Amino acid sequence: MKRTKRRYLALQVDSDVAPTPKEFIDAVWSAVTKLYGEYGASQTGLALIDYNEGEKKAVIRTALATVNMVRTALASITSVANKEAAVQVIAVSGTIKALYENLR
Amino acid sequence: MKRNFADLHLRLNLKDPATASRIINKTAKLGYHLIAVPITPETSQDETTKLQRACNEAKIDLATRIDIKPRTQNELTYQLRRLRRQFEVICVTCENKEVARQAAKDHRVDLLNFPSTDFRRRFFDRAEAELAHKSLAALEVDVKPLLVLEGPARVRLLSSMSREIAIAREFHVPIVVSSGVSGEMQLRRPRELASLAFLYGLDETSALEAVSQNPMAIIKRNREKLNHRFVAPGIRIIKEGKD
Repeated sequence: MKRTKRRYLALQVDSDVAPTPKEFIDAVWSAVTKLYGEYGASQTGLALIDYNEGEKKAVIRTALATVNMVRTALASITSVANKEAAVQVIAVSGTIKALYENLR
Repeated sequence: MKRNFADLHLRLNLKDPATASRIINKTAKLGYHLIAVPITPETSQDETTKLQRACNEAKIDLATRIDIKPRTQNELTYQLRRLRRQFEVICVTCENKEVARQAAKDHRVDLLNFPSTDFRRRFFDRAEAELAHKSLAALEVDVKPLLVLEGPARVRLLSSMSREIAIAREFHVPIVVSSGVSGEMQLRRPRELASLAFLYGLDETSALEAVSQNPMAIIKRNREKLNHRFVAPGIRIIKEGKD
């Protein structure tokens, strides 16, 4: 079987109150499902890799083929846990190591 | 080559300079090089000066824009004659077919905008696209409705926008993707703005062009025309002699 290529996205959450990791990933899943449906969401292979509640920064993983879908869904997020919020993509990389180097 | 990103539709409340300044700073931080803020003829000189100062402080280029909503062809031509030399961008919100056709024909119109939630008043069809292509008018698409609408209304919006974008691409009408937002939380990075345009059927290159090259080309063209040395496209005064 061919190996699935992945991409790691570093995200910045813009909100007055820092959401918990669960609230954050729930908002991401909800946005992906709303836009692309359950079948589309199943193709993304989304996973929360790291979440820094203090800095409101997160790292998520997705399949390379669905990076644009995930970016679109992230841009469509207007609230997290019923509080006004926005999610900005800071960096995209093929490995976690390179992503953190980019962020430094 | 590094892209210069522009948001040609940032709705700021000029009566509240503190909020306006905060939004401008955030726009600069998100990576925009140029913003266009709709200004009404009633906007005072003081408000415009404050806006310009806030943009200078944030190191972002400001273009003046006016949104007109004429009800008849005559009203449109009258307003264009009156306002063309005062603003860098003129956007016509087409409320009826007569105005839509005239706006698409007129070389003085930069952007064509249609009411996003009233689907019966979206007149961007093949005839409109053909006229717009000849006059260099661009189709403006705001992403704000995508952020605020939900459910069937958003589905309908996506379907009608995809159809219009497909027509615009077929007739080579430039597409400009703008935010159309007024709140800080609704601001998105240029690449996110472009990725929202994927939902309308644009591919990655066209979506990025719609937030960079296309709006910048309109500003460049109009700034050249508004320059006192401009005579005609390709002709400008370089030196004036004495009689």
